[in-house]
Amino acid sequence: MIITEKQRYTIGILVQNVPGVLARIVGLFSGRGYNIETITAAETNEPGLTRITLVTTGDERVLSQIIKQLNKLINIIKVYDFAETEFVDREMALIKVRAEQATRAEVLRIVDIFRAKVVDVSAHFYTLEVTGNEGKINAILELLGQIGIVEVARTGKAALARSKKH
Amino acid sequence: MKMKGSQIFFECLKKEGVEVIFGFPGGAVLDIYHEMPKHDIRHILVRHEQGAAHMADGYARSSGRVGVCLVTSGPGATNTVTGIATAYMDSVPIVVFTGQVPTPLIGDDAFQEVDIIGITRPCTKHSYLVRNINDLQTVIREAFYLARTGRPGPVVVDLPKDVIQAQTEFKYPKKVDLPGYHPTIEAHSGQVKRAQDILKKSKSPVIFAGGGIIISDSTSELMQIAKLIQAPVTCSLMGLGGFPAGITDAGGLRRPNPLWLGMVGMHGTYQANMAISHADVIFAAGVRFDDRVTGKISEFAPSARIIHIDVDPSSISKNVDVDVPIVGDCKNALQQLIRLFEAEPVENQAAIRRPWLEQIDKWRKDHPLTYSKDCNVIKPQYVIEKIREIAGSDAIITTEVGQHQMWTAQFYEFDRPRTLLTSGGLGTMGYGFPAAIGAQMAFPDKLVIDIAGDGSIQMNIQELCTAVCNDIPVKVVILNNKYLGLPRQWQELFYEKNYTGSCLEGSPDFVKLAQAYGAVGLRAEKPEEVESVLREAFKIKKPVLMDFVVSREEGVYPIVPPGKSITEMLLA
Ligand SMILES: Cc1ncc(C[n+]2csc(CCOP(=O)(O)OP(=O)(O)O)c2C)c(N)n1
Ligand SMILES: [Mg+2]
Repeated sequence: MIITEKQRYTIGILVQNVPGVLARIVGLFSGRGYNIETITAAETNEPGLTRITLVTTGDERVLSQIIKQLNKLINIIKVYDFAETEFVDREMALIKVRAEQATRAEVLRIVDIFRAKVVDVSAHFYTLEVTGNEGKINAILELLGQIGIVEVARTGKAALARSKKH
Repeated sequence: MKMKGSQIFFECLKKEGVEVIFGFPGGAVLDIYHEMPKHDIRHILVRHEQGAAHMADGYARSSGRVGVCLVTSGPGATNTVTGIATAYMDSVPIVVFTGQVPTPLIGDDAFQEVDIIGITRPCTKHSYLVRNINDLQTVIREAFYLARTGRPGPVVVDLPKDVIQAQTEFKYPKKVDLPGYHPTIEAHSGQVKRAQDILKKSKSPVIFAGGGIIISDSTSELMQIAKLIQAPVTCSLMGLGGFPAGITDAGGLRRPNPLWLGMVGMHGTYQANMAISHADVIFAAGVRFDDRVTGKISEFAPSARIIHIDVDPSSISKNVDVDVPIVGDCKNALQQLIRLFEAEPVENQAAIRRPWLEQIDKWRKDHPLTYSKDCNVIKPQYVIEKIREIAGSDAIITTEVGQHQMWTAQFYEFDRPRTLLTSGGLGTMGYGFPAAIGAQMAFPDKLVIDIAGDGSIQMNIQELCTAVCNDIPVKVVILNNKYLGLPRQWQELFYEKNYTGSCLEGSPDFVKLAQAYGAVGLRAEKPEEVESVLREAFKIKKPVLMDFVVSREEGVYPIVPPGKSITEMLLA
């Protein structure tokens, strides 16, 4: 068996929105020892259909098993292997930072550069909303970290294949 | 006209052609039991729900039809879990109906409430909690469809009591609508062509067949292809019977099949393990390269290109890298391949293969399957040979799990599909006896024999009552070594003969036990009694439990030590 390097993979999953479908997916991952880094799920424009975006790590063999095993679940309509197709992805993060007199201007400058938004303000803190790909979120977190992050809530990635509808 | 859920339940089963339910009642399913006498469906009342699940499984494996069981909520449901997992591992189509507390109580830790859907999620092909009476018929239709199509498997249907009591219009759906379920049956012709190109040039091919051959009823296709390309055939435990070990001519004379290698793997034959390990092509059909077959995976079939047909894409390239994957039904793929070979002259095939077949013959003669004969004590292998001789190739054999199971696989010589029912994937002790009852329900006139160990038989012995009460004349052969023999053998070979926990002295007197249940009990203690006990038992039209007192410390050989390559067999 050829073992390739471990990598991060993004997988799109279109499912019937029936009770237990998420449990089946998550159970498959835990039962077979696959890894979930992030998972997002919400309804689509089509009634009864939910789109899930999942980020996992593993080698190519693991990824291929994950896709095959997901395809076996009866309530899954389609699995998109984004290693094979071009896709766009976005993630949103809410970041609460310390915003004291001395650092406020710096925080606002970073907000500006990253096209983030200040969504809540209190005496000592700003809460920021930032959207982008994973790299961008990581970069802003890195910069704000030097000023003082209090809490972070990230949504995890949502992804769609580019161009035509699949 | 409106019907109650309980009535709809039976109407659906009738539409599915169900003739027997293996079940055990309880509060949550009493509405169904109340309705039952009005319908022409046989109910076999078991003595433990695990038995019901294995019976449904034995019924399904022997007949190819979907087996059905019905149990109550809570403990009734959890008792079926081993049976469900057993069926899942071996791809057996069963539908398990479990009672559930009324929908308003779900989630409240109500009396006998258990989340059976959650518990069985990893060991079912699919499962349903029916929340609304209007879904009941659709769910049952889908459950049977899913159980038997594609790669078959168990489906659980959880039935809350209020749903079963509610009413709706009965109209059995003609079609199923499962947008996420499209098993690939038709194999890709380009891939089949690639397989043919590789096979026809191969000097030393081996066909490796598994349970998929039996499930897809492809025995005759397998025989045809083996003959066309003159390739030897080996099987996994699950494949035994899928390729005949012997061929009987018109005059009734049975000869060994020259292309048959025997089983491969941990307890495989010398020639099968050597052939796999020296082959230049492995043509695998309906197998999943289980670790009990491959041994040390990095040394499995080191010089072979691998062609692999399976209906389940996730079985392909899971454990071994495959050169030519063919997703599809074995029958379809083999038929395509046969057509390709028939379209081309293949006379030279036999000539190409001659040196290879000669080499295999040499291996066969070097280390044949054998055991040391003894005229003072009964050898378990001898009992199996005698059963084979007397019962013939038409009898249905089930096994428990242990040494007796491996000796059966090695020495019985199965000639027909669906004549060996054994728990291969999960290795469930306690499977064989209820499975035999299930098989006997499918084939009332056949001889059905459970080859058991003294340990395993005690795991579902209570079903003797089920067999007696329902006149199900199954035969049980206990190879009584007063040990959990397989663990004992491992302890002997790999754990410094430390026999902690594997000695079984103190088991009941099985003859008296049989009598207490109202069955017939027979015993053989000397080799010369074996044949007469078997002949007598096979004549009796009642359940018979036979206790064969066998040599205690017999080993299963060859054995490949765990983690070793399959060429590293201990031969005795
Ligand atoms: C339910 C279950 N528990 C434990 C095991 C582990 N196990 C495998 S074989 C075996 C011993 C079986 O003993 P017996 O039925 O007497 O058969 P023998 O090996 O002696 O022929 C055990 C304990 C198992 N396979 N199944
Ligand atoms: Mg024993």
